[in-house]
Amino acid sequence: MAKANRVDLTEKDYKGADSTMCRGCGHDAISASIMRAFFASSVDPRKVIKLSGIGCSSKTPNYFMNQAFGINAVHGRMASVATGANVGNHQLIPLGISGDGDTSAIGLGNFCHMMRRNVNITYVIENNGVYGLTKGQFSATADEGTVMKGGKINDMPAIDLCELAITLGATYVGRSFSGDRKQLAPLIQGAVAHKGTAILDVLSPCVTFNDHSGSTKSLKYIREHLDPLHDIDFIPPYENIEVDYEEGTDQEVTMHDGSRITLHKLGHNYDPTSRMQAVTALHGAVAEHKFLTGLIYLNEERAEFIEDLNLCDTPLAFLDQDAVQPPANWLDDINAELMK
Amino acid sequence: MPVVNDLSISVATANGSGSASSNNILFKSIFKMGIPCSSKNMFPSNIQGLPTWYQIRANGDGYLGRKDVIDVMVMFNDDTADKDIYRVRDGGLILYDDTKPLPDHLKRDGVQYLGVPANALVQKHVEAGPLRAKQRNMLYVGALAYLFGIDMDTIREVLSDTFGNKPAVIESNLLCIELGYNHMRDNGLSQSISMLEKIPGGNDGKIVTEGNTACALGAIYGGVTFCAWYPITPSSSLAEALERYLPRLRKDKDGKNTYAVIQAEDEIAATNMVAGAGWMGARAMTSTSGPGLSLMNETLGLQYFAEIPGVYFIIQRGGPSTGLPTRTQQADIQLMHVASHGDTRHIILIPHDMKSCFDLGRKSFDMADRFQTPVFVMMDLDLGMNLWGSDPLELVQEPFDRGKVLNADDLEKQGGFARYRDVDGDGVPQRTLPGTMHPMAAYFARGSGHDDQARYSEDENDYKETLDRLRRKHDTARSYVPKPLVESQPEVNTGVICFGSSYEAVREARDRLRAAGVETDHLLLRALPLTHEVREFVASHEVVYLMEQNRDGQMAAIFKEAYPEFATRIVSILIYDGLPATAGEIVRQVEQHREAVANGIETKVDESWQKQIASI
Repeated sequence: MAKANRVDLTEKDYKGADSTMCRGCGHDAISASIMRAFFASSVDPRKVIKLSGIGCSSKTPNYFMNQAFGINAVHGRMASVATGANVGNHQLIPLGISGDGDTSAIGLGNFCHMMRRNVNITYVIENNGVYGLTKGQFSATADEGTVMKGGKINDMPAIDLCELAITLGATYVGRSFSGDRKQLAPLIQGAVAHKGTAILDVLSPCVTFNDHSGSTKSLKYIREHLDPLHDIDFIPPYENIEVDYEEGTDQEVTMHDGSRITLHKLGHNYDPTSRMQAVTALHGAVAEHKFLTGLIYLNEERAEFIEDLNLCDTPLAFLDQDAVQPPANWLDDINAELMK
Repeated sequence: MPVVNDLSISVATANGSGSASSNNILFKSIFKMGIPCSSKNMFPSNIQGLPTWYQIRANGDGYLGRKDVIDVMVMFNDDTADKDIYRVRDGGLILYDDTKPLPDHLKRDGVQYLGVPANALVQKHVEAGPLRAKQRNMLYVGALAYLFGIDMDTIREVLSDTFGNKPAVIESNLLCIELGYNHMRDNGLSQSISMLEKIPGGNDGKIVTEGNTACALGAIYGGVTFCAWYPITPSSSLAEALERYLPRLRKDKDGKNTYAVIQAEDEIAATNMVAGAGWMGARAMTSTSGPGLSLMNETLGLQYFAEIPGVYFIIQRGGPSTGLPTRTQQADIQLMHVASHGDTRHIILIPHDMKSCFDLGRKSFDMADRFQTPVFVMMDLDLGMNLWGSDPLELVQEPFDRGKVLNADDLEKQGGFARYRDVDGDGVPQRTLPGTMHPMAAYFARGSGHDDQARYSEDENDYKETLDRLRRKHDTARSYVPKPLVESQPEVNTGVICFGSSYEAVREARDRLRAAGVETDHLLLRALPLTHEVREFVASHEVVYLMEQNRDGQMAAIFKEAYPEFATRIVSILIYDGLPATAGEIVRQVEQHREAVANGIETKVDESWQKQIASI
């Protein structure tokens, strides 16, 4: 018997269709972390909505949780589709999968405004610095000086999506690496537990178009330049585990639903609830050509978007006629006003 | 003897000068006298200082389209005065501010000039302050009231209706109106163009509103729960009407909202939010005009192909590009009809008056749910933003049509479903809503090629089947969309077709043609796709004048594609100067065509279009 979680599902229930990514693609590793995280957090896939735009990464929601509804929208607009979906049915758990082209180029504006609203979503960027489906052009997250297959050098600075997220109002911001499931899975669990926009910028090497020497997003380069802030554990609300807590080394953050994230510091003296420190640390990492990973910023204070809308409890999508059609005599009153 | 109740007044002012308020008082006073009347606001795309004209028509026979000629010009804008004096018809009247003597270059023959020293009077009687310049406009209200017979009691009532809880505002406005009124009276000034006379009960029970408000109320009664929009003229007032009425009409018992209205960062976001909410099952809408519609095209294709409902209120303005943002046109018909790249065909509902704005605004959500696709409500600035008198809005009480939505029980009974399978042969598949707690409920909506189970597919047969089924679905909609309103008599072989805001002008034009011995039948088109009644109408008339407000005959092209065998019968009547259509221009074009035919010069194809081709 396979092990079942608290909603009586086994790991098999979190699977999707067979992946069509290239063999060894980082995106598949991210999908595996997603399945592990949702299983471990006992999230019922039927309560999850999977959203994506266009690109390699955006194909991947098909490859996990096939009992979850999914939508593969147009290029760059998943953030807006997710905003509408979240408001249309706020009881569901939005999981957005995007790429660096989708998010940092064509969809940058809509991405910014989703964060500004603090829409509740776990938004994963599968970041490889390159357009895969169109065969290898630079994206806007390609680092300055990185070399394209064929020798072209990128002379534009990269957009740091984590820094942007912190600046524009996202309330849970992390960076990770597709190959670091130990770090990525709990980061995803925390993002799902968090109410508000959770941005996870996940470095995910493109084994076909961006894995050569000279590239700063190759598997080798990334591995050599990773700089994790901390080890992360996610403890769901129903688990009463006491964690060995070491003053000055460990930090524990309790989330709204009662779940906890514990951060075991690795060399850095880092507090993710400080916006200033987060931005400073990101700048420092860029200067040192390092990829800072971990939970970079967390704000559990700011209300998520739907709270601002004062929505009724029943999802808007499921309101029946009696709930949404005003009585006919109210129209008589309006007519009377329009006679004046 | 002046005629009774047949008058057009054009008020020329600078925008931001407070004339909106005085024009409103003037219009509502005439309305309150029971006289059928309409107003057309020709305003600039500007906040302050550019010219604006407000044209009121009072017509005892009930014609509400814009009048061809201007009987009275209120010349209160120095910047446009040199042209305004020629806008008024021969024999007309110019009312001007004679605080200073009229300069020679503003004098012309054949019109009557009457002065009211508005500046001088407000300076003398109104306290200095920011309001004084605005109060000046109330002077012409008073002057016109005296000249044309609007009694002060009526004006007092309108002021009280308008500013009910602000007695000081009523008093200060009344003072200025009386100044204008008394000046004309005390100086024995008069005119002989037309007198306004009360029609007892004439407008009793009638409302005055604009189409955007009526559409918004229709949407609310149609159960809209989600609106995402981006400000753009002339559609903003539709979303703003939602924001005004929803808090009052749509709270649940705990005081929480049964709706969400989101001002998006652009139209691309708005349409994608609609797609997201529509996918969930919320009754979702947006409102925009041409430039916004252009931006929304890609996602309209997604909604068409992934079969996601959504309602799009399009308030057309002058295009292309920025065009004339504050003028009216019907030039986005084809952009709506085949919005998005690839093969598409969309459902378009076309209101023509306030009641149909409400009714089709409501019904559009049923259509979108039934056909799981974007549905357009095609409006224009004239219908959307100008004030129209109307019978009260009326709610047709009928159950919502949510279309073929399966719940968990249905899925259990049916043993699952295939999202894009044509189970009923009507092209309309079954649908589940996210959040349906059944292991077989989920599907993957996508804008890429898919098979009938919503799986990614590049198979040529799957792709073609999907395209063919979508076409079939659109054909099914033909028997669901509102039927045209047809007026026909035996033996009449000339037909006139129009739609939207052209209706009033066409009605008047047909009466004028009848008076000149030309009987016509009429079809008011209320939707695309074209229904069989439309075909029958075209088939049973030798000549069909199709009147629309664009240069290229966009609707005519749709007709000619649909009915190639009748293509040569369709003669376009085209008005596209950005101003609301007039009966006179329609009659002129019809007569021009009839004359050409009589002289053996057949110009049945759109004349202007032929000229274009000839000049290339």
